[in-house]
Amino acid sequence: MKLKYFAWVRERVGKAEEIVEPPAEVRTVGELIGWLAARDDSYAHAFEKPTVIRAAIDHAHVKADAAIAGAREIAFFPPMTGG
Amino acid sequence: MTVTATIRIQEADFDVAQEIAALSKGRTDVGAVVSFSGICRGSEQGEPIAALTLEHYPGMAEAEIARHADEALARWPLQGLTIIHRFGRIAPGENIVLVVTASAHRQAAFEAAEFLMDYLKTNAPFWKREESARGTSWIEAKGHDDAAAARWTKS
Repeated sequence: MKLKYFAWVRERVGKAEEIVEPPAEVRTVGELIGWLAARDDSYAHAFEKPTVIRAAIDHAHVKADAAIAGAREIAFFPPMTGG
Repeated sequence: MTVTATIRIQEADFDVAQEIAALSKGRTDVGAVVSFSGICRGSEQGEPIAALTLEHYPGMAEAEIARHADEALARWPLQGLTIIHRFGRIAPGENIVLVVTASAHRQAAFEAAEFLMDYLKTNAPFWKREESARGTSWIEAKGHDDAAAARWTKS
């Protein structure tokens, strides 16, 4: 699946997008955040406060307990500040 | 008559007067047009800023705004709706966002415009970064914006 990062999540991870293949036991958005945070210091910094991170699956907002099965694109970003 | 919202996500500026006129031109059924313009302030929390840079999530920004536009059209009897949100570098005094609602009567136009702005603030995937003498920093989301959006949730 494709992951996208925005704003300071993107800056901390050090890339705007990437393709990942998480293991089968990673089933939810929250578990995906945990798996990413364990990769290295950059990801750990980006996801150090998981409750602050917002997520979207295929362009729709989702909560941490959302299942990731079948997702084409998952995005992680800070709370939005548009308008 | 089915009303279709006009939604544009663009880097270029827009003409507020022209967008307002477009919703009522040549019509006699529109009795009220409400517009909200969001403009870049020259200071953030008392500190002068040089500019804002808006990052957005292409694809989702359009989809999310379209979802809220559809909800506004379902909840209020609107005869026209235009939403424009800019991205990129925006200097103080420049336009950031525009919502224009047209209806037969003012209440629907006012309420729909306010509903849309409250949701754009908290749910549209845009992020503002400020440039000032101290460098650049991401603007933090405000709790009162979440509270403003929550009051529209149907119980």
